[in-house]
Amino acid sequence: MPVESVFPRLEALLPHVQKPIQYVGGELNSTVKDWDACDVRWALMYPDAYEVGLPNQGVMILYEVLNEREGVLAERTYSVWPDLEKLMREQQVPQFTVDAHRPVKAFDVFGLSFSTELGYTNMLTALDLAGIPLESKDRTVDDPIVLAGGHAAFNPEPIADFLDAAVVGDGEQAVLDMTEIIRAWKAEGRPGLDGRSPRDEVLFRLARTGGFYVPRFYDVEYLPDGRIGRVVPTISGVPWRVSKHTVMDLDEWPYPKQPLVPLAETVHERMSVEIFRGCTRGCRFCQAGMITRPVRERSITGIGEMVDRGLKATGFEEVGLLSLSSADHTEIADIAKGLADRYEEDKVGLSLPSTRVDAFNIDLANELTRNGRRSGLTFAPEGGSERIRKVINKMVSEEDLIRTVAAAYGNGWRQVKLYFMAGLPTETDEDVLQIAEMAKNVIAKGREVTGQNDIRCTVSIGGFVPKPHTPFQWAPQLGVEETDARLLKLRDAIRNDRKYGRNIGYRYHDGKPGIVEGLLSRGDRRVGAVIRAVYEDGGRFDGWREYFSYDRWMRAAEKGFAGTGVDVAWYTTRERQYEEVLPWDHLDSGLDKDWLWEDWQDSLEEVEVDDCRWTPCFDCGVCPQMDTQIQIGPTGVKLLPLTVKQPAAGGAAHNH
Amino acid sequence: MVQRIRLRYTKRGRLRFTSHRDFQRALERALRRSAVPMAYSAGFSPHPRISFANAAPTGSASEAEYVELALSAPRDPEQLRAQLDESLPTGLDVIDAVEVRTPNFVERLEASVWELRLDGVAPEAAAAAVAAFLAAESVEVQRQTKNGIRSFDARGAVVALQVVESQVVAGATGLPESSTDIAAGRACAILRLVVRHATPAVRPDDVLSGLRVTADLALPVPAGVTRLAQGPLDEESGTVTDPFAPDRGAAPALPSEAAEPQPA
Repeated sequence: MPVESVFPRLEALLPHVQKPIQYVGGELNSTVKDWDACDVRWALMYPDAYEVGLPNQGVMILYEVLNEREGVLAERTYSVWPDLEKLMREQQVPQFTVDAHRPVKAFDVFGLSFSTELGYTNMLTALDLAGIPLESKDRTVDDPIVLAGGHAAFNPEPIADFLDAAVVGDGEQAVLDMTEIIRAWKAEGRPGLDGRSPRDEVLFRLARTGGFYVPRFYDVEYLPDGRIGRVVPTISGVPWRVSKHTVMDLDEWPYPKQPLVPLAETVHERMSVEIFRGCTRGCRFCQAGMITRPVRERSITGIGEMVDRGLKATGFEEVGLLSLSSADHTEIADIAKGLADRYEEDKVGLSLPSTRVDAFNIDLANELTRNGRRSGLTFAPEGGSERIRKVINKMVSEEDLIRTVAAAYGNGWRQVKLYFMAGLPTETDEDVLQIAEMAKNVIAKGREVTGQNDIRCTVSIGGFVPKPHTPFQWAPQLGVEETDARLLKLRDAIRNDRKYGRNIGYRYHDGKPGIVEGLLSRGDRRVGAVIRAVYEDGGRFDGWREYFSYDRWMRAAEKGFAGTGVDVAWYTTRERQYEEVLPWDHLDSGLDKDWLWEDWQDSLEEVEVDDCRWTPCFDCGVCPQMDTQIQIGPTGVKLLPLTVKQPAAGGAAHNH
Repeated sequence: MVQRIRLRYTKRGRLRFTSHRDFQRALERALRRSAVPMAYSAGFSPHPRISFANAAPTGSASEAEYVELALSAPRDPEQLRAQLDESLPTGLDVIDAVEVRTPNFVERLEASVWELRLDGVAPEAAAAAVAAFLAAESVEVQRQTKNGIRSFDARGAVVALQVVESQVVAGATGLPESSTDIAAGRACAILRLVVRHATPAVRPDDVLSGLRVTADLALPVPAGVTRLAQGPLDEESGTVTDPFAPDRGAAPALPSEAAEPQPA
């Protein structure tokens, strides 16, 4: 049955809202398929504003992977701003997709990608606007399967009540597997078998594969002290633990092939290519590095083809080479040089969003900036003192940094940005105050190398939030007051320095959002009541400073945790012990929990761990558990110039 | 820079919600995709040389927006138009192109013709309001600006205002769900407005405010506003003519289908 577009009703509201273009769709490379010609239909949501959600690579990849399939349709939906939400409620316009403006409730799957936990309240807004019951238990066979993915889904427990299913790991193959299961169930006439309701039936078929977590089939038992006793399957046939999905050959998945090009302004306007997935540097605070193992590189030729095709399809003027630590690709120098050569005349710039100090070299930096601007260099030492960097296993020495910075200043850069965290395990004021020293040394070196005084260094610092599936999952988070006090001490140390203070920029984020993020990151199912209370009190867009309200969260927590014996501090600033059952233990990231614990102990002893790409395996558990292995080069292949270039006026000038 | 080309483009259907900034970025990308040999500005951060004229407000549709490109190599205007049209989303359509042969294009855009669709308003009610508006010497209206509320006269710049049949061709919007189809049995008045480009600019919204002020005309839903033409104003007849005509007239006699005269 065709589903009616809500656009005519939406259109009447658009003249009254800010930036209406974000709601109309029609982006270049977007897809609208015939509803009735498809039997499995996905609504994909990035639960934040369009300007943040549209460039999201995860959603873009799945959107293409699904739409490429015969009989499968995927459309996108984003969070609407409160001005439109209000009008939609008044005029009863439901949550819609931007592609064909179909109501989200009409789809088979409503899949949400959570990069951060701060999107949880936006999920509830979207569900409610869609007319889908907020809690899984209240939904019927006519509601979509509400599915969560993305990094935050590695602990979906705080939103377990609102989800029908969660996927951990890479989504490309997983969404296709899920599509097939739903397709078969629908083809059979959406049956319920063996006493299961039809809705339970399809969820059961997903759960029994071991690759889809269906919270309603698991029961959480609590100990008298509030900790979790165990998490047990409630029906037979579903596994005790759910595994993560891992795509092994990135060259088989060259997505997005045709990135979406929005008309509205968005946070990233560039052609992004993921050059590898996973990271084994072993930074202990880094959830992404832990849960995306092993390292899998895309080949240099695969990267070249994606860039070429993507630029032609989009007209972007910047290429982003994405990964968790892009300079670590075994052939990054050849990639950067090859691309810079190819696009020299087209003024296409290259960017490496994540670059480690120790993997950086000036030749690479020169290639990256050859066709574009030389703005600033950004590094993330994360910790101010050598000691704390050993604790977090960010093995970057201050000498490395100073050497790199000296080379950069010598080659014409004038600004360096440094990123840090405060509140790391075992941290003292002294560790953080070292950041000021580091910044001063950077400027001193810059002045020495350039002979000029106008050298800038910006220090950016935020509170550390311990995350599940990392060695710091047991660590106490630093409280709001302590975090803020430490950040202010650092500010004063920088500002009060007469010689360098004026050349150091200082940006910091206060500790309040971090505590809420910490509650949501390491929370269990009891946190769901708090999220719901915040939503009902008007909480939206918690990742946005102008919308986030710490007081609202604390009020909701008081209400939501009443009678449970636990509170916000219990979830955040409390240190966990080895025996404790963690809320996410039944979600298998491949990492061996004992290895994580040993690494946590090593951390406290200030013992570092090497990268398994260049040293022997240190048994984190992922490769044997997932039956995978690291996949890295070098291949020795170079990027050849693209032939048949239009002879531009002045001829092809390759002068270097 | 070896050649300049002026283009006429549209904002149709749902893409009328494109802001001017949005269009600028979309155009720059379309130019890259279609490999148009743009001339770049000099300096530290070179930009393609593009000049816009008098963009319609966000939310207003338009059949007559204008932009000028500077090229580093000569191109056939019609070929470039087709290429660029292909590279832009449906609704942002490039519909005319001419090689620049005369200066002072922006000054030539003396007036605009607008069509205002007033859904839910009976044509008789609209006609009465129009008569009251035109009878007034001046009509003070207010508009919210960045610097607070501003009052000005909306009557003086209005050259003509009348109730007419719709001129927006059904289907020209390019998108099926646009609201050009008049809902069966629902009242709908169409106004044709010719307004001189003055300072402060009087926009269709201001004229609608004027109708509310003079005749208490209330709109149940937001008006659908479309710019139909921009160009030199013939004061006698109150018509707006094709701003590309001087360029076409000055052009050497090239056989070009694109050069058919535009009805004003």
